[in-house]
Amino acid sequence: MGSARATWLGRDVISILDFSRDMLEELFLVADEMDRFLRSGRVPRLLEGKLVALAFFEPSTRTRLSFDTAAKRLGAETIGFSGEEGTSIAKGENLADTVRMLDSYADAIVIRHKYEGSALYAAEVAEHPVINAGDGKQHHPTQAMLDLYTVRQLFGSVDGLVYGVLGDLRYGRAATSFILGLTLFRPKKLYLISPPLLRAREEVLEVLRQRGIVFEEAGSLEEVIGGLDVLYVTRIQRERFPDPSEYEKVKGSYRVTRRLLEEHAKPELRVMHPLPRVDEISFDVDETKYAAYFIQARNGVPVRMALLALVLGGWEK
Amino acid sequence: MSPGEALLVRKIRDGTVIDHIPAGRALVVLRILGITGREGLRVAVVMNVESRRLGRKDIVKIENRHLRPEEVNKIALVAPTATINIVRDYEVVEKKRVELPSIVEGILKCTNPTCITRKPREPVKPRFRVLSRRPLRLQCMYCGTIVSEDDVVKQLIGG
Repeated sequence: MGSARATWLGRDVISILDFSRDMLEELFLVADEMDRFLRSGRVPRLLEGKLVALAFFEPSTRTRLSFDTAAKRLGAETIGFSGEEGTSIAKGENLADTVRMLDSYADAIVIRHKYEGSALYAAEVAEHPVINAGDGKQHHPTQAMLDLYTVRQLFGSVDGLVYGVLGDLRYGRAATSFILGLTLFRPKKLYLISPPLLRAREEVLEVLRQRGIVFEEAGSLEEVIGGLDVLYVTRIQRERFPDPSEYEKVKGSYRVTRRLLEEHAKPELRVMHPLPRVDEISFDVDETKYAAYFIQARNGVPVRMALLALVLGGWEK
Repeated sequence: MSPGEALLVRKIRDGTVIDHIPAGRALVVLRILGITGREGLRVAVVMNVESRRLGRKDIVKIENRHLRPEEVNKIALVAPTATINIVRDYEVVEKKRVELPSIVEGILKCTNPTCITRKPREPVKPRFRVLSRRPLRLQCMYCGTIVSEDDVVKQLIGG
């Protein structure tokens, strides 16, 4: 484990596939510690004197606030923006120059951007670690980290479970990163459930094939729900569709309800969702034992605290 | 080149012979080189001739024209089996195989319109990892998009 810890220090976080299972397990152990600190109300100021830039070129609530909270809980300070309005980007500055500026101010840059590959590009420009908080439809690695951490917390292990990932698998970066993250473990089976227009992209399916993951593409949740341990639901995001008429064809095409779960799901099934949701999970699921999405949302802070502490070296002190 | 092929087109004095082009790709190679026939160069194209190595192959001979390294790199993408022969005074003075590197940089653009490499104001060169050579499959190292041989050919010939 010691070596896994050393490899976190100073590194960029671009894709969940940049990490090994050992590294993620190390992260989860540190997140357990962070969770204990938070519950006890005594969090050591491991990142005192550090400054984290939160460069959210796209609007975000949960991810930005959880990074902000995680940094501040550990004693770091944050700077940044949310949305391009009011920044030099709105005046025509390019991403590279904005990143260079932030790099000269801060010890790490957390970036969210609407274009795929922007986080990797920022990491090439910056000397300090860059953490991808979502680049277009491609990656959302820290979401996958907290999702996998939540599965481990709920079931004791990520291995050996039957997963269903439901929704927009084509444009949804949280779903994509979760699917890719599962390839670092040994799921029993993975069902990819989506309308035909929103099937997982070829490059994602290729990773599943290369890594020997048993998976099946399914058109409807009803066909497979009875066999699932984890159902990961995602929203269809209007803003990711290049063609608005495509969005109109698929919106509202699936909905997880209490009745569906009670009639067809195993009692142990847990429903996850990166949030925010619109209408893909009905509110009557919230009070059932199936709902795990609020636990998942809460885990955003300890997991991101662990990540910042490992990348910025606070955990070494 | 077999004696039968030699009968089809006579030797050139100075220039380049691109041999072992996969059958049917000679015209793509000409498009990549920007040769339309209006340049006044003497050009011979031989298509679908027998080849021990490839079964069938195309050959392009261009008099008084030598290739720039970036042209050779582009040919490597669509004709990875090609050999480039440099001819001076009827003799082949240099013969080399084209070589497709494992990373292709700066030649092609990503087919994904929302890839960061497609943004004109960002000083970033598109970079692709070669997933497979035949058929050609490339993966954008920034956005992960897989680019097929058809996409590559379309881009290189401006289709």
